[in-house]
Amino acid sequence: MSDTPQPAPKGQEFEQTLDQSDTKVASFERKHHTLLERIQHVLHNNPTLVPVIVLVISLIAFGLIAGGKFFSAFNLSLILQQVSIIGILAAAQSLIIITAGIDLSVAAIMVLMSVVMGNLAVFAGVPSGIAILIGLAGGVGAGAMNGWFITKVKLPPFITTLGTWSIFYALLLWLSGAQSIRGQDIDTEAPFLKFFGASFNLGGARITLSAILMILVFVVLWYMLNKTAWGRHVYAIGDDKEAADLSGIRTDRTLLSVYGLAGFVCALAGWASIGRVGSISPQSFYEGNLDSITAVVIGGISLFGGRGSIMGALFGALIVGVFRSGLRLSGVDVLWQVFAIGWLIIIAVAIDQWIRRVSA
Amino acid sequence: MTTPVVQARGIVKRYGHVTAIDHSDFELRPGEVLAVIGDNGAGKSSIVKAICGATIPDEGEILIEGKPIKFNSPIEAREMGIEIVYQNLALSPALSIADNMFTGREIRKEGWMGKYLRLLDKPAMEDFARDKLTELGLMTVQSIKQPVETLSGGQRQGVAVARAAAFASKFIIMDEPTAALGVKESRKVLELIQDVRSRGIPIILISHNMPHVFEVADRIHIHRLGKRLCTIDPKDYTMSDAVAFMTGAKEPPAQDAG
Ligand SMILES: Nc1ncnc2c1ncn2[C@@H]1O[C@H](COP(=O)(O)OP(=O)(O)O)[C@@H](O)[C@H]1O
Ligand SMILES: [Mg+2]
Repeated sequence: MSDTPQPAPKGQEFEQTLDQSDTKVASFERKHHTLLERIQHVLHNNPTLVPVIVLVISLIAFGLIAGGKFFSAFNLSLILQQVSIIGILAAAQSLIIITAGIDLSVAAIMVLMSVVMGNLAVFAGVPSGIAILIGLAGGVGAGAMNGWFITKVKLPPFITTLGTWSIFYALLLWLSGAQSIRGQDIDTEAPFLKFFGASFNLGGARITLSAILMILVFVVLWYMLNKTAWGRHVYAIGDDKEAADLSGIRTDRTLLSVYGLAGFVCALAGWASIGRVGSISPQSFYEGNLDSITAVVIGGISLFGGRGSIMGALFGALIVGVFRSGLRLSGVDVLWQVFAIGWLIIIAVAIDQWIRRVSA
Repeated sequence: MTTPVVQARGIVKRYGHVTAIDHSDFELRPGEVLAVIGDNGAGKSSIVKAICGATIPDEGEILIEGKPIKFNSPIEAREMGIEIVYQNLALSPALSIADNMFTGREIRKEGWMGKYLRLLDKPAMEDFARDKLTELGLMTVQSIKQPVETLSGGQRQGVAVARAAAFASKFIIMDEPTAALGVKESRKVLELIQDVRSRGIPIILISHNMPHVFEVADRIHIHRLGKRLCTIDPKDYTMSDAVAFMTGAKEPPAQDAG
């Protein structure tokens, strides 16, 4: 080793041997070790696999325990119908949670907008179609209000939506006078409000339009999230907002659009809920916020943002529906249904944490 | 004399009571690799961020190719062909390599599917990303859909550099690109820098690593206490001279590098 500078063609002297060294570092090959690590990797790349497996296993298990009445086409379509409203809310919630936010106001927006539609169409004589459009626009406005506080005033989503939850809830009590709008009044004045309550028979199954709407909402949002630049930006923001900013995404604008869209989907759920419930009740779906979060979490969407497929929330909602129905048909007390859902949430989050620890 | 690619005069940036940049000048010339060195906290990151719109300076003037420019965001700089490899890389870990390369400038499908349904042309983006990485000798081809978080530090750095190299038409800024890398990975990045320069794209390289700086830089900008102290030609000075200037142990030369 001498200190005199050599005419080094490439790199420092100590680096000369690099040319002979193995070149693997620069390639993107990777080695898997144990079976568990391999599973971890598969789940990491396909976060929806867990809820799908859970759904299939619980269907089989309840089919065995509760027998034919559980597995009948009628019961399965009933589960679909029962989860449809919470399912649509869960779709809205997924959008927010993928951006690493949370929305505690989804159910309040939904019920508020169903009250707005009902008041306008049933009491004010506004044509149903226009009342519905106003309600849907109101949903966008309510969502955008959340988005404005979060992006412009820089408030945390949890606090913002905790506040607007109360605000929207108070508004809906005021607008409704804490009174329900009866089903008969809707039927005579504005039957179109109940559009999504209509159903048709298919084999032994009874398919309601609200269930079809739910599936449609998931398919459209899945497309937007996975096949458009907007969707990639939503994921990038949830993943690492600062990085998204630096790589040229207009993060505030995108976030605002996410909250506005979520509000729209909530209002859509509000319209569908009128048909599903048959009346407009200010007291309905009070736990809808938490139910929607439950479906999202069980669906393998990370509460830390940027990870998981929106389809997971659909499976999450279905898992909750299957558990409720299966346990009820097996003659299990309601309290154990609640107990089981609680465990599902904790296990789902634990699995998410484990998947996120995937080693490079 | 040719017009500098970037010329900044009297830039000031304050963060509360801290003056990160204190009336600093800056100059990048066509086709060169300009190294920026200085102690921790000297304001190296701050001055390059001011040049590319990532922060907005409080005072001063920036000329790009002779024209005065005021960027309000890095997006505007990027639209002019200025690319930045940030110290923290600015990649989205859960997204794929291809997604990361195209963040903010995705390609849509031709025809109505792209126009009305805004459908992305994923195959086109993946092919482009694969080509770019292959061109830079960075990959074996089958894994362009792999999430960035499953890559090693050097591979991530490679993705960030490839992204910058693929889209830059004016110049590239690299903030400590080898700081977190091993010997072999650093070498790869230095080769990339020389590769990019050979295509005529000037580079601003912030680095602490004197051997790396002296190997690739055409000129060295020494930053001290928030401003440019001097510029030197690496052929005229030793590494210890440079360190002495940057720490204040030695007076800077009266004449800047020509
Ligand atoms: N966003 C910020 N907010 C507050 N202070 C900052 C910020 N960015 C940089 N600084 C301060 O400005 C000074 C220069 O920082 P920086 O440009 O990162 O230096 P360098 O890159 O040379 O290490 C430091 O004192 C740092 O603490
Ligand atoms: Mg720095």
